[in-house]
Amino acid sequence: MMDTALETQVAAHAATPPADLTVRGLTKSFGQAEPVFRDLSFDIARGACVALVGANGTGKSTLLRCCLGLSPFEGGRVELLGHDTATLSRRARRTLRSQTGLVAQKHNLVPRLTVLSNVLHGLLGRGSGPRYWTHMLAPAEARDAAMAALDKVGLPHLALRRADGLSGGQSQRVAIARALVCKPRFLVADEPTASLDPAAGEEVMEMFFDLVRAEGVTVIFTSHNVDHALRYGERVLGLAQGRLDIDAATAGLSSRDLAGLYG
Amino acid sequence: MTAGTTPARFERPSALAFLGYALGAVILVWALDGAGWSAEKIARSGPRMADFLSRAWPPATDSLARLGWKMVETLQIAIAGAALGVVLSVPVALLATRGLLVPHWVTMVTRMVLGFIRAVPDLAWALVFVVAVGLGPFAGMLAILMDTLGFCARFFADDMEAVDQGPSEALTATGARRIDIAACAVIPAAMPGFISTSLFGLEKAVRSSTILGLVGAGGIGIELKVGFDLFDYPTALTVILMIAVVVIAVEQLGALLRSRIIGTDR
Repeated sequence: MMDTALETQVAAHAATPPADLTVRGLTKSFGQAEPVFRDLSFDIARGACVALVGANGTGKSTLLRCCLGLSPFEGGRVELLGHDTATLSRRARRTLRSQTGLVAQKHNLVPRLTVLSNVLHGLLGRGSGPRYWTHMLAPAEARDAAMAALDKVGLPHLALRRADGLSGGQSQRVAIARALVCKPRFLVADEPTASLDPAAGEEVMEMFFDLVRAEGVTVIFTSHNVDHALRYGERVLGLAQGRLDIDAATAGLSSRDLAGLYG
Repeated sequence: MTAGTTPARFERPSALAFLGYALGAVILVWALDGAGWSAEKIARSGPRMADFLSRAWPPATDSLARLGWKMVETLQIAIAGAALGVVLSVPVALLATRGLLVPHWVTMVTRMVLGFIRAVPDLAWALVFVVAVGLGPFAGMLAILMDTLGFCARFFADDMEAVDQGPSEALTATGARRIDIAACAVIPAAMPGFISTSLFGLEKAVRSSTILGLVGAGGIGIELKVGFDLFDYPTALTVILMIAVVVIAVEQLGALLRSRIIGTDR
């Protein structure tokens, strides 16, 4: 017969969705004596939307890159979608990454290519080779998927425009379409509106979170906008002096609680 | 607000900088001495040059048609050699780009080979290919190809190393292979550099191809050599003027294409 404590534990476990990201004891130092962050541990449950906040230089972007396996780390363990990122073979890492996406502050589109080709490149984790390099050679289903993603961000009419001819807001929408086209399970957004004016930033954030919630994607995003963190995140992780100062549901937080991170 | 002291216009050089300047001056004097610098010869060269020009002027026009066809052959050598050199440069540059496709040691070996190709002058390559494939324009084209390969592959690789890493990282995060990242993010971003370098390569090829005939590798250079060997200075002057016109025209065309195709990107 199961004792009560164990029953409670099992019930709690059953009620908690499995974690898409598990970070344990993560330490990163860039070779300096003082690590950027030390011994970080947290989980992100499947379908959750988590805001990562902190002052400049606290290692938010570095932490996100470590989570995606884009940056090596000195200590600890990162388990992404059930896989330990440090022990994966190159092929397994690519397979894992085909289920993830990155939306960056600088949008990171290839300027001289069309919008459609840029979005199509989001499918390179699923299909490799010259047929996926340009929309002109792409398989019909890939072109359709890219157009559907562009449709979702409201820019199908710009499919054949060069990426360097877009406004900042349009450019970030295309970057979001590229990240979503492969239907990722886990998405990282690193200050997605930092290079946009406030109006365009609000518009992009609304659209981005409507889409990711509709598709059930797990998201971790960084923002210097405390209101964004509280409005779009279900939970907030606050980084300060290389440690997690805050790890709490947004329901119990106010902007004053987060302001201390920037003091 | 307090006003600071206005700094001196020129700073006194440090002892080390002074030693550097002195060493530079010594090296320059040493090089001029080795190169047979002679003010007296320069002073005496004026009348000789005037004598040459008086014997060469007016330029010969009786063989314009033959020289014109030789110039066409020269351009064919330059265009074919430069085009093939540029095309071959792309895969070689991918091997020479650090952190893109291949391990570091492959990059190092490729860069060393490219350094060797560049170190050998175009006339030496022409001599080698004359031995290998015989006299004529084909040897010249191969020499231009090697010259273009050594030049373009190196600069293509440098262009690819200098591109913004953001798009590459975004594609890496989606699980793209390295070759896909090179094709979709790195090469398109480096394309303005590729176009600019290729046009410089073509200009360089046209300049080089005009003298390859000196060693029997085709083109108008042979006419220049024969003109001087036979003291037919009017024909030699015609060849020199034709080369100047074509090289300047190709440089102007290159500048125009660069601005039209890549705009202000580079």
